[in-house]
Amino acid sequence: MWKFIKPRNQTLWFWQLSLLALLFAFWHVMTVPGLIPPMLFADERQAAFFFGEPLKIFVRIWAWFVRDADIYRHLGVTLTETLLAFAIGSIMGLAGGLWLALAPLASALLEPYIKAFNAMPRIILAPIFAVWFGLGMGSKVALGVTLVFFIVFFNVYQGVKEVSPVVLANARMLGASQRQLLRQVYLPSATSWVFSSLHTSVGLAFVGAVVGEYLGSSQGVGYLILQAEGSFDINTVMAGILVLTAFALVLDEGVGQIEKRLMKWQPRSGETEKL
Amino acid sequence: MTAALDLQGVACTFVSRHEPGQRYTAVQDVSLTVSAGEFVSVVGPTGCGKSTLLNVGAGLLEPSTGSVRVFGQTLLGINRRAGYMFQAESLMPWRTALGNVLAGLEFQGVPQAQSRARADDWLRRVGLGGFGDRYPHQMSGGMRKRVSLAQTLVLDPDILLMDEPFSALDIQTRQLMENELLALWAAKKKAVLFITHDLDEAIAMSDRVVVLSAGPGSHPIGEFVIDIPRPRDVAEVKITKRFIELHQAIWSVLRDEVLKGYQQQLQVP
Repeated sequence: MWKFIKPRNQTLWFWQLSLLALLFAFWHVMTVPGLIPPMLFADERQAAFFFGEPLKIFVRIWAWFVRDADIYRHLGVTLTETLLAFAIGSIMGLAGGLWLALAPLASALLEPYIKAFNAMPRIILAPIFAVWFGLGMGSKVALGVTLVFFIVFFNVYQGVKEVSPVVLANARMLGASQRQLLRQVYLPSATSWVFSSLHTSVGLAFVGAVVGEYLGSSQGVGYLILQAEGSFDINTVMAGILVLTAFALVLDEGVGQIEKRLMKWQPRSGETEKL
Repeated sequence: MTAALDLQGVACTFVSRHEPGQRYTAVQDVSLTVSAGEFVSVVGPTGCGKSTLLNVGAGLLEPSTGSVRVFGQTLLGINRRAGYMFQAESLMPWRTALGNVLAGLEFQGVPQAQSRARADDWLRRVGLGGFGDRYPHQMSGGMRKRVSLAQTLVLDPDILLMDEPFSALDIQTRQLMENELLALWAAKKKAVLFITHDLDEAIAMSDRVVVLSAGPGSHPIGEFVIDIPRPRDVAEVKITKRFIELHQAIWSVLRDEVLKGYQQQLQVP
């Protein structure tokens, strides 16, 4: 019997979905008032107040996407901020990392400042950005950029530093100029490091956008969550969190697809084909 | 006639980056010439600075003292007339086999159609005609070495610098590649400076074998002209009488240095 239902590669998704359903079922049973006698709370309504009720959350999501169809504007704003922060931060990180890794003097000069900026809890910059760039999308993008930049920057810096000296010497012997070395050796070598950081940085771009909205804005999913929290509407807060999680997964999958296409030269375990 | 590669009085001293007081002189007072079309091997105990010497000849490393001349001209920067085959993996992992062979031609701005034909031709000559679209990680060590060989030879360099190019290969592949290299060398007489720790390989392939002393400050202590007639087969030549005589003669010089080098390595803390 166990042999048939044991999770396998083909049936894994089914088990993963079942686990999700189980979690929601547990959540439902524990929170819906009057279903089971209260165990942790004095009042049977308190569990629902603190944790929300899955059914009401799904009704909320349904209303956002289908019945009222009013979330698309907010979602669009949040995703635009995320993608902008991600793109700007990555490109700046790539350029900065390449530059500092190849210019020892500048890197020695700037090292303490970069360390300081990286060590700083940069979320705290959000209010300053709100003053500088206003309550619109600009301040959220700026916050996301500061988060993404350092992740990509350090990875590129490391990637360039770890270029195999033999590969480098070989390219020089084959007649590569400085520019060709940059484009043909440093950049491809650094991209493998960048891609390992992109999964983290796309998440951080999302964090930057949502936190920025949460701290002050008039649109976006973070704003929706803030509004709901103001009226103790925990179901809407939870619905917002679920929607954000789903879209973060979608973004991560997108990065994974790009990575697969660009990094096909990299060996993966199990895929390696020897002759 | 001017020599293809001429090192005179070369010394290389490395200074430890963290402790400037600590110095290590890898090679000292090395004078070595390779004529055009000559195949010269350098043998020596491990860690005697053979690779250092090759890097000097390639222009990747500037000697502390001494001069390097390439076809009579003092070498400044990278040696553009030399091709270098490294001991370690040197292929660009993000390029296919064909892309790697093409790299040098691309860097030098050879028109695409022409470079493509030359690269295809060289891949076929090293026996990898059907493997142009493979990435290095998809090939075996022997195939990667052959791609490296094609990558170096496609540029048609006048001087070939080879740093134990076949040391990582199994003995059968190695003999095949050695014979292949000898055939290619015989067809287009290039100056070859071949570094190896394998005395058999050195004698079988070269016109001349130079023995380096143990480091630090290693320098040539013996030079042997290999007067075995060509063409040679690296496997067959090893059982000829002259080969054995030469092997004994060179080994008697080399043995003491190998023991010395081994003792020194034991003493290093």
